[in-house]
Amino acid sequence: MKHGLNRPALEYGSGFPTLLFKEVKRFYKVAFQTVAAPVLTAVLYLMIFGHVLEGREVYGRLSYTAFLIPGLVMMSVLQNAFANTSSSLIQSKVTGNLVFVLLAPLSHLEFYAAYILAAVFRGIVVGLGVLLITIWFATPSLEYPLWILVFAFLGAAILGSLGLIAGIWADKYDQLAAFQNFIIMPATMLSGVFYSIHSLPAAWQVVSHFNPFFYMIDGFRYGFFGVSDNSPWSSLAIVFCFFVVVSVIALRLLQKGYKLRY
Amino acid sequence: MAMHPAISIQNISKHYGALQALDDVSLTIEPGEFFGLLGPNGAGKTTLISILAGLVRPSHGHAAIMGADVQKGFREARRMLGVVPQELVFDPFFTVRETLRFQSGYFGIRNNDAWIEEIMANLDLTSKADSNMRSLSGGMKRRVLVAQALVHRPPVIILDEPTAGVDVELRQSLWQFISRLNQDGHTIVLTTHYLEEAETLCQRIAMLKQGKIVALDTTANLLSRYGSVKKDGEGKTDLEEVFVNIMSGGAL
Repeated sequence: MKHGLNRPALEYGSGFPTLLFKEVKRFYKVAFQTVAAPVLTAVLYLMIFGHVLEGREVYGRLSYTAFLIPGLVMMSVLQNAFANTSSSLIQSKVTGNLVFVLLAPLSHLEFYAAYILAAVFRGIVVGLGVLLITIWFATPSLEYPLWILVFAFLGAAILGSLGLIAGIWADKYDQLAAFQNFIIMPATMLSGVFYSIHSLPAAWQVVSHFNPFFYMIDGFRYGFFGVSDNSPWSSLAIVFCFFVVVSVIALRLLQKGYKLRY
Repeated sequence: MAMHPAISIQNISKHYGALQALDDVSLTIEPGEFFGLLGPNGAGKTTLISILAGLVRPSHGHAAIMGADVQKGFREARRMLGVVPQELVFDPFFTVRETLRFQSGYFGIRNNDAWIEEIMANLDLTSKADSNMRSLSGGMKRRVLVAQALVHRPPVIILDEPTAGVDVELRQSLWQFISRLNQDGHTIVLTTHYLEEAETLCQRIAMLKQGKIVALDTTANLLSRYGSVKKDGEGKTDLEEVFVNIMSGGAL
């Protein structure tokens, strides 16, 4: 065997594409659990709520089922983006195989970009799956596709970053579950997925405006119907600011090696 | 061009709260050496290795791999270093070949399949290349860990107790392979509790005790300085005896 040192020098590029590919392949290998299951869950929501609230109209012209579809799509995008980064990190930490990434010459920016883009990809794949199935029940219009894409990307990137923060912070699966069940899930459910906040009492409408998830759902829905509870531009500004805040926190944790490099 | 030491450790200390894991450790390992790092459990061996690998940040001091500072020049330092971790860790989602390709890719090396196939052949992993990591025996997983440390062809290789829980056959074939790497110019740093392995393989040895280096010399000098004539009259001593003597009170 002619060993490594006697060979021509290696050319090094960035490890980012490989880490991104690995993160995508990780959820693809268990797609039944990571893609098919959340699509089924969203369809069940649509069937149950769509049936119970059939006949109601939202914004004076939309059937409740059509109104519900973008909310369910975005909820799936957000929850699965969070699940991708958080589950990957906690599994790698608990099993110890995160060491292989930490031994490599990857910067905190490369690490962050790979995990977040994989989360965005999974979120959008699941969201597309939910959309493709649910449009059989009602066909929402596509007034402004660019708004849809922008809010889907930013929303998934925000939840991917929150998943990264949770995955870094949590030492055990139950800590991660607490983060998911007591922060992410309530914020998503109370964000206007199932209702227009104009149907809420005035006090709860005010409370909803403090929930950043509301702006993600509302802006995303605006892309479908051209109508929303809040101005899409102000929603975009708030969502973008939230994205910057969570990204800076995630990047600082990675740069400092918090709970990763002791 | 000035030749850098393979590993340079200068006044490294590490504390976790009140626990002093390393206390002002300095050490230089030259290129091409087969170096042993010995000590009882909790002496600080893995902490020192983790600092070199960038997994742990020192409280004080500096360390460099082939002249590249492990913190400020982390990209260059990590490209120069292959580490075989002590724990038998693996990613259960992937096969052996995928694991090695990913590891190569993390270092930014593309089209590395020829080298990966060669490493697998030399570690008797070819027949398991497409097996999921979960399905491998402990010994096979250990071989994959060695292969992962070699995918980027590092000039410096650190093996943290690579033969713990490994059967005799694998241990021998592993040492043959590592010895060949050393003959080809790779610097090897080994920690092990099998002192006969260290005695046979290592040219120089450092012994750590409670975070401090308490002995540092060639293996031959350690044997002659700290050994004693055995009762059987043959006058031969071994590293285990030297280790016990040093750990029970001997110092540099």
